[in-house]
Amino acid sequence: MTKPRKQVHLAAHFPGVNNTTVWSDPAAGSHIDFSSFVHLAQTAERAKFDFFFLAEGLRLREQGGRIYDLDVVGRPDTFTVLAALAAVTERLGLTGTINSTFNEPYDVARQFASLDHLSAGRAGWNVVTSWDAFTGENFRRGGYLPEDARYVRARRFLETAFELFDSWGRDEIVADKASGEFLRDPKAGAFERHDEQFDIRGRFTVPRSPQGRPVILQAGDSDEGREFAAASADAIFTRHGTKEAGQAFYADVKGRLARYGRRPEQLVVLPAATFVLGDTDAEATELADVVRHQQVSGQTAIKLLEQVWNRDLSGYDPEGPLPEVDPLVGEHTIARGRASVRMHRDPLDTARQWRALAEAKRLSIRELMVEVSGRQSFVGAPSTVAEAIDDLVQSDASDGFILVPHVTPGGLDSFADKVVPLLQERGVFRTDYTGPTLRDHLGIDLEPGGGAG
Amino acid sequence: MAQGVHLTVALEGAGWHPAAWREPEARPGELVTAGYWSDLVGEAERGLLDFVTIHDSFAPGPDRADLVRGRLDAVQIASRVAPRTRGIGLVPAAIATHTEPFHLSKSIATLDYVSLGRAGLSVEISGDPDTAEHFGRREFPQPEDDLYDEAADYVEVVRRLWDSWEDDAEIRDAATGRFIDREKLHYIDFIGKWFSVKGPSITPRPPQGQPLVAAFARNEAGYRLAERAADIVFVAEPAALRGRAERAGRPLLVFADLVVFLDEDERKAASRKARLDELAGAEYTADTRIFTGTPAGLADELLALREAGVTGFRLRPGAIPHDLTAITRGLVPELRRRGAFRDGYDAPTLRGLLGLTRPANRYADQRSGK
Repeated sequence: MTKPRKQVHLAAHFPGVNNTTVWSDPAAGSHIDFSSFVHLAQTAERAKFDFFFLAEGLRLREQGGRIYDLDVVGRPDTFTVLAALAAVTERLGLTGTINSTFNEPYDVARQFASLDHLSAGRAGWNVVTSWDAFTGENFRRGGYLPEDARYVRARRFLETAFELFDSWGRDEIVADKASGEFLRDPKAGAFERHDEQFDIRGRFTVPRSPQGRPVILQAGDSDEGREFAAASADAIFTRHGTKEAGQAFYADVKGRLARYGRRPEQLVVLPAATFVLGDTDAEATELADVVRHQQVSGQTAIKLLEQVWNRDLSGYDPEGPLPEVDPLVGEHTIARGRASVRMHRDPLDTARQWRALAEAKRLSIRELMVEVSGRQSFVGAPSTVAEAIDDLVQSDASDGFILVPHVTPGGLDSFADKVVPLLQERGVFRTDYTGPTLRDHLGIDLEPGGGAG
Repeated sequence: MAQGVHLTVALEGAGWHPAAWREPEARPGELVTAGYWSDLVGEAERGLLDFVTIHDSFAPGPDRADLVRGRLDAVQIASRVAPRTRGIGLVPAAIATHTEPFHLSKSIATLDYVSLGRAGLSVEISGDPDTAEHFGRREFPQPEDDLYDEAADYVEVVRRLWDSWEDDAEIRDAATGRFIDREKLHYIDFIGKWFSVKGPSITPRPPQGQPLVAAFARNEAGYRLAERAADIVFVAEPAALRGRAERAGRPLLVFADLVVFLDEDERKAASRKARLDELAGAEYTADTRIFTGTPAGLADELLALREAGVTGFRLRPGAIPHDLTAITRGLVPELRRRGAFRDGYDAPTLRGLLGLTRPANRYADQRSGK
C-alpha cells in the first residue's frame, strides 16, 4: 500500500523589478498597465492556481548613488491592484507583500480585512519587516529599526493585527430593521494593545471578514525567519536549491511547528521557482541558456558583481576575468534597496568560491554571473517539468511552488496550457477549485482565531 | 455642453441619515460586500454622474447598538468597482492625519491605472483623539488649523510624487540596456514641518498626470486647504468662497454640497425624513445644507446656484438606494430636459469630464529650463 500522493500547490508571482524579468523580449508588455495584471491573474485562475502574488519595495533601488536603470522599474500599490483583481477573478487567492515597518497595524489590518471582504475570502499577506533608513526617507515615520529588532517588530505587528481581526465575532451584525438593533454587541471591535512597539486602543471598524484573518505568508531562510513562520505563518517562501537542500529546509520548518501546538500541514512550504519550457528537453536547455544571457547582460553582470564586491567595478570588462581586488567588507554602500545583497553574508568567502569556479571553468565575469545567478529551477519539455515538480513535492522537498515567469504578462501561458494538464493527469493538481477561499485552496485552518469575538 | 452642471454623489453606508439602514429598500447586511458597492456605483454610472465620492473614516463611532458600524477602505472599494465601470470618476476619501503620503500617492496613481484615468481623492483630516488612539503615534488633540496645514503639505507630497516620473521616463532602450532614463525620475526632497519625503514614487506617473484632488471645506482652515491643494472644493455655503477660487493658482471648481431627501412630492419627502428622525431619536442635522423635496424642486435650486457661479454639486443621499435612484432617475432626466445635463460620457478621463486639462509635469518644466 503506497501512501496517498500529496497535492501540489501553485502560485503565480508577478514578475519582479530585478534581472530575472526580461523586458527586452519582444513579447514583454507593460509592468504597470492593469491589463498585464489581469492577464497573469486570469491565466493563473484558468490553470486553477492557489494564488497570485505581488511583491513590494518602497524605494527605488540605487547603485553607486544613482537610481538603478538596467532592470524593470516601477510597481503599483499592492492593495489597490489586488482589490481591482478581485473584480476580474472569482476564486484565485490575491496576495501581496506589505511592510510592517512603514505601516501601522490599525491601517494594515483594516486594509487586509477590506480586501478579504471585497474578494470574498481570498486575501493573503506576505509580512516583511525592513530596517533600512534608506527606505525610511520616504515615510513620515522615517527612522528604522536596529536589524535585530525587526523580528520583534514583525511579531508584535502581527499579534496586534490578529487582535484586530479577531475583535469582531462572526455574527455581530444583526441589522434587524424592525427592532432597530444593528449590532449584537455595541462594543464590537473593541481592542487594546500595549507593548514595546504599540500603544493603541479603540474600536476596529471592519467586521469579521470571510477568512477571519488573511492567509499569512512569510519569506526568509534565516533561523529567526523560520521560527517566525513556524509560530505565525500559513505558508513560507524559500529559495529553491537542490532537492536535498529543499528536503532539509522542509524537515526543519515542519519540525518547528509542534513547539507552537501546530500540525505539519498547517504550514505550506512554497519555494519560488523559475522555468523554461521547450518542445523537447534539448530545445528547452538551449532556450534557457538564451534567457540567462538576456537576464545577465555584460552591464548587469558588472552590477551584480558590484553588489558582492561593494565597490565600483565599472572599469572592468564583463568579458574579462574577475577583479583581483577583494570585496570591501563592512557597511554596504554600493547597492541600496536590494534584499539580494544580504544573501552574501560573507563576501570574501563568496569571492573565493567564485574565483575558484571561474578558474576551473575558465569563465569571464559575465559567464560566471550567468552561472551563479541565473539558473532556472525547471528546464525541459512539459512532461519533464511536471515530473520534476511532482517528484519534489512527493519527496517532501516542498508542497508546491511560487512560479516566477520571466516575461510579463504572458510568461505563465505555456505553463498553464502545457504543464498543468500533465499535473492534473498525474492526479496531483486540482481540476477545479473545491472551495471559495484561499484557505480552502491551501487546505489550512478555515477559522483561525475562533471567530468568537 | 457648456451650460451643463456637474453632478456627483457622496456614497456612505446605507445613506447619510443615521437611521437610513432601517428603510425598506436598504441592504444593511451587505454594507461590506463588493456587490453592494458595485450596485451603487453602477447606478451612479447609469445616471451619467461625473463621479462618486466614497466616504471613509478611522473613527470608532459611539458604542450604540442601533447605529451602523463597519466600513471598508474607500480606495479599495473604488478599485474593486473600477474594472466593472467605464465612464464614471472614482474619488475615495483619504484621511491625511494618520496615513503616509507616499502610500496614498501610489494607491491613487494605481487607481488611475486601474480605471484608465478616472481616479481622484478627497482629502480629509481627523481631529478626534479617540481616532488618534487607534494609531498611538501622536499627541492629541492638535489645533485644527495645524491639521489642515499638514493636510496641505500632504497633498503637496502626493502631487510631487505623481510628477516624480516624467511621462516618457520608461524607454526600454535595448541599445544601451536601460529600462528607464533616470534623468527623468526625480527626487521630490520635500522637507516640511510635519514630515519629510525623499521620492521618487515607486509608481510611474498616472494616466491623468495629476488625478483629481477634492476637499470638503466648512471653515476658513478648510478653504485654505482647498486653495493650496485642491482641484475641486465641496462647500456648504458657496458664497463664502466668492473670489477665492481664482487665487488658487490652478482651476478650483466650486461644488455646492447638499444632503438630499427626494420624493415625488414635498410632503412625502418631509414626512420620510421626519420618520427617519423619529427612528433615530433625534432630528438629523449635517455639516452642510439639507434639501428635502422633489427632484424638480432640487433642479430649480441647483440651476439657481449655478447662476451664482457654482460649477457643480455633490449630493449626499439621505437614504440609499432611495435617494440615489431619485437622483439618477429623477433629478438627472429633469436637468436633461432643461438642457443642463449631458447625454453621455464625453471624455475618457475624470479631468476631461470636468473640463480640466492634463497638467504638464513640474519637473519636466524645470529640466527643460522653462
